[in-house]
Amino acid sequence: MRRYSVFAVAREAARYHTGWERAWASPEPKKRYDVIIIGAGGHGLATAYYLGKNFGITNVAVLEKGWLGGGNTGRNTTIIRSNYLQDPSAAIYEKARSLYETLSQDLNYNVMFSPRGVMMLAQTEHERRGYERTAHANALQGVETSFISPDRVKQLVPIINISGPRYPVLGALWQPRGGTARHDAVAWGYARACSAMGIDVIQQCEVTGIRQKGGKVAGVTTSRGDIACDKLGIVVAGHSGVLAQMAGFRLPIESVALQALVSEPIKPCIDVVVMANTVHGYMSQSDKGELVIGGGADGYNNYTQRGSFHHVEETVRALIETFPIISRLKMLRQWGGIVDMTGDRSPILSKTPLENCFINCGWGTGGFKAIPGSGWGFAELMARGASPLTEAFGLDRFREGRFIDESVAAGVAH
Amino acid sequence: MLILHCPHCGVDAEETELAPGGEAHLKRFGPGSSDAEFESYLFHRENPRGVHFERWRHAFGCGKWFIAARATDTLEVFGTYRAQTAAPPQDIRDAITAKRPGWAWRDLA
Ligand SMILES: Cc1cc2nc3c(=O)[nH]c(=O)nc-3n(C[C@H](O)[C@H](O)[C@H](O)COP(=O)(O)OP(=O)(O)OC[C@H]3O[C@@H](n4cnc5c(N)ncnc54)[C@H](O)[C@@H]3O)c2cc1C
Ligand SMILES: [Zn+2]
Repeated sequence: MRRYSVFAVAREAARYHTGWERAWASPEPKKRYDVIIIGAGGHGLATAYYLGKNFGITNVAVLEKGWLGGGNTGRNTTIIRSNYLQDPSAAIYEKARSLYETLSQDLNYNVMFSPRGVMMLAQTEHERRGYERTAHANALQGVETSFISPDRVKQLVPIINISGPRYPVLGALWQPRGGTARHDAVAWGYARACSAMGIDVIQQCEVTGIRQKGGKVAGVTTSRGDIACDKLGIVVAGHSGVLAQMAGFRLPIESVALQALVSEPIKPCIDVVVMANTVHGYMSQSDKGELVIGGGADGYNNYTQRGSFHHVEETVRALIETFPIISRLKMLRQWGGIVDMTGDRSPILSKTPLENCFINCGWGTGGFKAIPGSGWGFAELMARGASPLTEAFGLDRFREGRFIDESVAAGVAH
Repeated sequence: MLILHCPHCGVDAEETELAPGGEAHLKRFGPGSSDAEFESYLFHRENPRGVHFERWRHAFGCGKWFIAARATDTLEVFGTYRAQTAAPPQDIRDAITAKRPGWAWRDLA
């Protein structure tokens, strides 16, 4: 694979861009792999990448029923932050955030990580106390955040209305190193780097069954034939329940729709990410000038990638109250993704009742930010059987009552 | 927008009038049950891609609980019935079978 660089751009410009290679190969599935990963979203691809990079395991296939990043990875609002409350969360999300800082160089692919700062508004007394507590927890965890005053909020975001009638802004939890990245580029960058290591990324290949022998994984049945493997990683977000059923176990997960929308492009007006969790809306501005907006998830099971209209209405209503200047903007596009929700709003990175079958899921409304850290830890778990990053996120935590309760820390989708 | 018929007051209520209440027909395991049973009752869910039974409350209407039989892959509604029952009534099962022959849910079919 030829590296991307300024010289490559100059060289190609001189020959009318006729020399660019395909970014990744499109191989036929082999009969057998050491490791199969189901799902070519960010988490599946990152797992394959770190299996190769950190453990030298490259006889790996990533099987995707649709196209690369066509699931939630290509549908999310790209907020990256690590200001969680519990220690295991801080560890994995902060690992991810710090990997994002150098991901473009590492993958030789511009993922457009933009550490522009993430601000979570406190709009009730309860929320203010909660975020002050999170700021203290973050200080102990080594995650840089602080609780800032309403004046500072206004200074950072001049278009915000801090004295709204219903929910005045009482301050905010501010993570200056948080931000956004380009979601497609994260999937594409990992896929290209996997392909360069000889890992097979196979699109249009749906897993329809999981084969086992003597309580162990033997392989998968797919729309393109049977493929054998020693180890299997299920990384399919909203479809986790479907795959778990194929493997013969059940999950503490519900799949629901989460939606996002973007406005028509306007001139730069907001250069940080603002999340208003009490009124249920969040917003940032893309490089194209569109305002990228998200809100709450639906309350009932759904696999259709279409959400309820009233959530869009609620989100927009909340944001107009918070940012009055957007009241006359037109919205351009709206879409949904199927997110995998756990009761404690923390992910599952775990062994399963089926030997040599591992699962990485439950990222719900907030897993884009975690992609590099999740791939790093899950690859270690699959290669070595244990990882300090994933230890607390096992399936057994439900039975044992060791929840990693983040649902109170941020009751909104992000 | 989901529209569900409330079997108590007879209103065709739209989603904003209703509060979702999660998976229906859970069998309760309490003191004396095994860890596995208790875990399964508290946490494990069917979460099917297809036929599903779930509880709803007509929150901004008559306030009563009912159960909806729905398909999660199409948002089609097969029917609704009152919550005071341990299993879906036969007419609901027939309505599902008419549209989805061979359907299964937990130990029902
Ligand atoms: C509207 C919206 C906004 C969001 N905003 C944010 C945000 O701002 N910040 C943040 O951190 N997170 C956000 N998230 C959450 C984030 O998008 C997800 O947690 C993350 O992308 C999950 O990545 P994944 O790789 O696990 O899953 P996915 O990207 O969904 O990948 C799973 C893949 O598995 C494939 N698959 C499924 N079944 C099969 C099968 N049988 N065989 C083969 N392949 C299969 C799917 O086609 C899919 O491509 C948002 C999500 C949504 C929907
Ligand atoms: Zn009613």
